[in-house]
Amino acid sequence: MGSFLARRALMLVAALLVSSFVIFGSLDLAPGDPLATLTGGRTLPPEAVAQLRAQYHLDDTFLVRYVDWVGNAVLHGDLGTSIAFRGSVASVIGARAGVTIELVLYAGLLITLFGVGLGVVSGLRRGALDTSIVASTSILAAVPSFVAAIILLSVFSVDVGWFPELGAGEGFADRIWHLTLPAIALALSAMAIVVRVTRVAVRTEMSREHVQTAVSRGIPSSLVVRRHVLRNAAIPVTTVVGITITSLIALSAVVERAFSLDGLGAALVQAALSKDFAVVQGISLIFVTAFVVANVVVDLLYAVLDPRVAIGSRAV
Amino acid sequence: MSTPAVVLEAARERRRRFAANNLLVISCGVVIAVAVFLAIFGPLLAPHDPNAANLANAYVGPVAGHALGYDSQGRDLLSRLLTGARTSIAGPFLVVLVSMVAGSVLAVTAAWAGRWVDASISTVLDILFAFPAILLAVLAAAVFGAGLTAPTLALAIAYTPYIARVLRGAALRERAREYVDACEVQGLSAVAICARHLIPNLMPLIVAQATLLFGYAMVDFAAISFIGLGVQPPTADWGVMVASGQAGVLQGYPLESLTAGLCIVVVVVAVNLLGERLAADSEAR
Repeated sequence: MGSFLARRALMLVAALLVSSFVIFGSLDLAPGDPLATLTGGRTLPPEAVAQLRAQYHLDDTFLVRYVDWVGNAVLHGDLGTSIAFRGSVASVIGARAGVTIELVLYAGLLITLFGVGLGVVSGLRRGALDTSIVASTSILAAVPSFVAAIILLSVFSVDVGWFPELGAGEGFADRIWHLTLPAIALALSAMAIVVRVTRVAVRTEMSREHVQTAVSRGIPSSLVVRRHVLRNAAIPVTTVVGITITSLIALSAVVERAFSLDGLGAALVQAALSKDFAVVQGISLIFVTAFVVANVVVDLLYAVLDPRVAIGSRAV
Repeated sequence: MSTPAVVLEAARERRRRFAANNLLVISCGVVIAVAVFLAIFGPLLAPHDPNAANLANAYVGPVAGHALGYDSQGRDLLSRLLTGARTSIAGPFLVVLVSMVAGSVLAVTAAWAGRWVDASISTVLDILFAFPAILLAVLAAAVFGAGLTAPTLALAIAYTPYIARVLRGAALRERAREYVDACEVQGLSAVAICARHLIPNLMPLIVAQATLLFGYAMVDFAAISFIGLGVQPPTADWGVMVASGQAGVLQGYPLESLTAGLCIVVVVVAVNLLGERLAADSEAR
């Protein structure tokens, strides 16, 4: 387990270093003069230009600026200054991270509850319910989050009026009420995939010899399901739930745009449109870090649930 | 005496399921064929100019000559849907083409060369995994500007590691087969063996993966256009139309967004079902 942890930690650091380099490098070497973006095309007196060059370290070499950027980000939480949002990138992120985190966690909760729940039900009982769950998941898996957003808005906000149309709301209860439709839109297709994987995992475990033996020995089926089926099915299911929830981090940008939520993703898109590179770099770094760390956590969970992984003989 | 009846019943059940499955595959094929047809000829079939706006007609419902009515700008909705099929399908098609070629070449090279080549290719792919497709597309759009090219390439790059990982495993298994040794003994070059024998043998898996990938690519490509970084309005594109119809949704005129969204969903469902079937078949081989 120790060497397994060390290997994962090393991969994590390597992935973060390389991806931060790619994020910083791609935007830094982008075509166009950064000074022109900063001045907005205006002609400034030479001393103002010199001050801007100094403030944004435009005279340093690329590597020096990269090391500065990463160093400041890690040591001081300083990601530079936003041009379009008027303020530090850290404050832009700080003001918006809450909505995104809540949205992703809410969607993750829905995926875990309904995705796994329906998958277990569908896996244990054959019949009309199972068939209809399978049929509806193959359609739901194909509904993009933004189409789901439009349908939910059209039906539940405009037609029925149960939920607010746009915005994130104030206070805890109001926030949950405002984030319900966005969380469903974000969760829907991932939930369908989790249902299908859970169903197959439960079916596979049900047909295993030790389960059949337990059933034939007359052990109550609820006990067999709890002790043998669900415990083993939990291994692939945890991985899929983890991977789908981490994939929501980037997808939140699309849902935030659809519901006019002022979160990190929406700010990232806005910054990309207005070429506010410091913000794009900062939020991309946050997203990639969250994505990579979450993936490592999923890997570790997998190893905890299935000790064979850490020992090295990968379970099939 | 009861056994034959049970066997017969089971056989009948199997036949029924087989027929139902075939019906499903055929209907998916029909949907995909129509989609491809529209991607090629859609713009020619449009009864009206998809960009001719007349604000006086904004949100007017279906009338004679305009089967789906008008959109938020008073443009003919049906014409825009037909025209929009082109970018909505050609975009993801390009994504799939690029990442399948890149993924196959990387996978076969890694599996064939082994050792440090395999190790370095696998490491690069592992790091690429750190970038969610949507994020890479947003980055590309920020650097090179919104449009068709940058997000298409970015999505293709983001999908490549997934394809390469699946194909590398299959290529490794294929490489260990006896016919490869036989070819080597006969003096065939590595490139010839890969091109003439190994890749053709992987073809069912490659086609299945490409089909499944198309579903993801179509959703992500439309999402990029929806958030304003892909295909640019006023170009008719299904992702763009979902976005441009959003104001109408809030005013109670959801037709533009819903029809464009429905087009995406129908094509993706058909592609996914067909892809799952192809993947199951290629695994069964």
